[in-house]
Amino acid sequence: MMRLERRTHVPLYLVVIAPLAAIFIALLLAAGLIAAAGVNPLTAYGEMLTGALGSRLSITEMLTRATPLIFTGLAAAVAFRARLWNIGGEGQFFVGALVTAWIGHSLGVPGWIGIPLLMLAGMAAGAALLAGPAYLRLRFGVDEVVTTLLLNFIVILFVGLMIEGPMRDPLAFGWPSSVPVDGDFRLPDLIPRTRLHIGLLFAIAAAGAVWLILARTVFGAETRAAGLNASAAAFAGISLPRTIMGVALLSGALAGLAGSVEVMGVTAGVTTTMSPGFGYAGIVVAMLAALHPAGVVAAAVFVATVFVGADAMSRATGVPSFIADVIVALCLLTMIVALLFTTYRVRR
Amino acid sequence: MTKVLELHGITKRFGTLTANDDVTLTLAEGEILALLGENGAGKTTLMNILFGHYAADAGTVRVFGEELPPGLPRAAIEVGVGMVHQHFTLAGNLTVLENVMLGSESLTRARSARSEARKKLLQIAERFGLPVNPEAKVRSLSVGERQRVEILKALYRDARILILDEPTAVLARPEAMRLFETLRDMTKEGLSLIFISHKLHEVMAASDRVAVLRGGKMVAERKTSETNPGELAELMVGRKVERPVRHDHEIGAPVLIANNVRVEEDDEMRLDDVSFTVHAGEILGIVGVSGNGQASLGGLLSGLVHPSAGQLALLDEDIGQLGPRGMIRAGAGRVPEDRHAEGVVGELSLWENAVLERLRTPEFSRRGFVRQRAAREYTSGLIERFDIRGANPDTRTRLLSGGNMQKLILGRVLTNGPRFVLANQPTRGLDEGAIAAVHAELLAARAEGAAILLISEELEEAVALSDRIQAIVKGRLSKPISADEADPQRLGLMMAGVWKEDDDAA
Repeated sequence: MMRLERRTHVPLYLVVIAPLAAIFIALLLAAGLIAAAGVNPLTAYGEMLTGALGSRLSITEMLTRATPLIFTGLAAAVAFRARLWNIGGEGQFFVGALVTAWIGHSLGVPGWIGIPLLMLAGMAAGAALLAGPAYLRLRFGVDEVVTTLLLNFIVILFVGLMIEGPMRDPLAFGWPSSVPVDGDFRLPDLIPRTRLHIGLLFAIAAAGAVWLILARTVFGAETRAAGLNASAAAFAGISLPRTIMGVALLSGALAGLAGSVEVMGVTAGVTTTMSPGFGYAGIVVAMLAALHPAGVVAAAVFVATVFVGADAMSRATGVPSFIADVIVALCLLTMIVALLFTTYRVRR
Repeated sequence: MTKVLELHGITKRFGTLTANDDVTLTLAEGEILALLGENGAGKTTLMNILFGHYAADAGTVRVFGEELPPGLPRAAIEVGVGMVHQHFTLAGNLTVLENVMLGSESLTRARSARSEARKKLLQIAERFGLPVNPEAKVRSLSVGERQRVEILKALYRDARILILDEPTAVLARPEAMRLFETLRDMTKEGLSLIFISHKLHEVMAASDRVAVLRGGKMVAERKTSETNPGELAELMVGRKVERPVRHDHEIGAPVLIANNVRVEEDDEMRLDDVSFTVHAGEILGIVGVSGNGQASLGGLLSGLVHPSAGQLALLDEDIGQLGPRGMIRAGAGRVPEDRHAEGVVGELSLWENAVLERLRTPEFSRRGFVRQRAAREYTSGLIERFDIRGANPDTRTRLLSGGNMQKLILGRVLTNGPRFVLANQPTRGLDEGAIAAVHAELLAARAEGAAILLISEELEEAVALSDRIQAIVKGRLSKPISADEADPQRLGLMMAGVWKEDDDAA
């Protein structure tokens, strides 16, 4: 009979190998689907790699895609560490984007004041959206998986309402888009003549800040304790409601910031199609990163590579670009299995 | 006498740990064999191999002369081996009869043979002197009755060899004694028994023969009539261990006073008008059968539950409504009942657990940042002062043994010079060496003038440490008696709730 035995110590090499193995197996599984579509998987993956990393332009495009993923990945990682299951990154992304466009359209201040202000507004919007489900969980024990997930649909429908109605951009010629943020509030390019903007630096800085908060502050220590053993934390006098609410505000703010930065850096206006699932992909990013902030940056780059590369592959080989979603989703499943094997070993 | 069971050369490794090292053991028909050893000595592993839960890396198991295939519990059951686990495996929402039948019925049978089963169960109950009501829901049974159901379940499957893993862990003394009488009667019916224990007095009282395991090795076998508790303790621990002794000294002024305190949880009265006083330099022992309000008393004195009536004062400060941090500021130290569930966060390092209660004090944080260096230095001090073995400040806490984990918790509590200490079941599940260390620390704190409230289910411990003792029964407290008057009989009566109305401390 096989049984699982808990490891007394998880060696570092396993921590690094686990996500790589998970990705490898996910790609192997997806190769079956690509082959079924009549294309040599190696050719397809080759196209994918050159499509995402083959030129200066494609790399900047990939990094542009990675920027919001870092934010939403951090949002999920922060929440999951405290066992707050925030599945609402997508909704928080959109409210952050919407509030940024709405205020940023007519805000009469210089850019260097306005940009931080709009980022704060996006963060506040995202935080507020997650505060509700967190409160419901603490007060009534309502499962936040359900509330945050369902709020995503409500928010996206609300965004649709706003961009068809009060926030409709009259200059978009019937194209459903909100009014854009003022030109002063567009984030400067990081590399000229590409879409890559300084939001990437903000995202990396955010990863550093989150690491600092989690690893070095009292709040981080209390969050860790509460997430790992709630009753021991309570016995030590750590207030669980305050911890959970603090985590919810931080997580929601990060996802809201993703939307805010995407609007100021890339789209200017809000559309319902501006996110290819950044919020959901953030969950995968966080899991692949084993909830570590530095890992989030690396995992976001990988997921962005798949997204951007799949488009190129689709153009070259005819395999539908939906394969990107399949690969990312498979990564989540394989990573969960890989995590099982880092915590446990198989014994006969 | 015929041998019914032979374990030969059993070896079992888990990773780098050798849980059983070339263990050989026999059991004769109609015999009660005690398997004695400290926590982690490999007793439970050995029995799990016998029962087929684990497959041994080497060695053979023979039952009634036949070799058992490894790793197959069903094979063990079929030849007549039954196991009664320390943690019961009963379904509370089913009746006794349903629990007994569960798993021994063929799935393909269209109609369950309830009435036959009922008849068989009642017959067995009669024959072995284990009365039960087959239609009672298990949920409504006491712990002792549930254990009886567990034993019946094994007998119902025609067990002729019964293994009991720490059968008295959940029982009060009188219940335990009754259990051993029953077991003795059962051997007359031809059953052979092995019971696992780390309690010397019950091994002496109930067994024919003792096998002592230490560090996975069989270190000795003795006829119970030819040994004594001192020898067994030494064999079990591997060296001479003596528990420290309490010396009389001057008792100081009242430190903690509870006055007609009531605690209600989930709309139920958990503590009903209890009053007690703990003085400086005194240990007040609270004894009782588990589940009589100890958990609420522990919660009350930890700052986790609050009185709905009455006063609770620590050095004249009303602490009834304070939370854990408020309690600590007021001068209380708290040792929780369950070190894994409440005492430490196993996945965190020692230093994080050492400062967990005082993260927000200036000693361990500045401007919201944890002062990691101060915390690590403090923890190094604890490790040295409290002799926490095999660890440094960055070790994951769950890797500590129970005794070392308890020393960490005691250290965290006692280095703050608390005026009052709650010690809730401070030695539960610890081995003899660790018990002696914990007792020594508590007595040292007493000598330094701390007022200590000890909640214990171990009478020896309560009597050895306490200056005065009160019994807790159904949420009420008896009047205190001094330790000198506390003979086992009187304590037994107190724990059964027999005290004169004017002895009622309410």
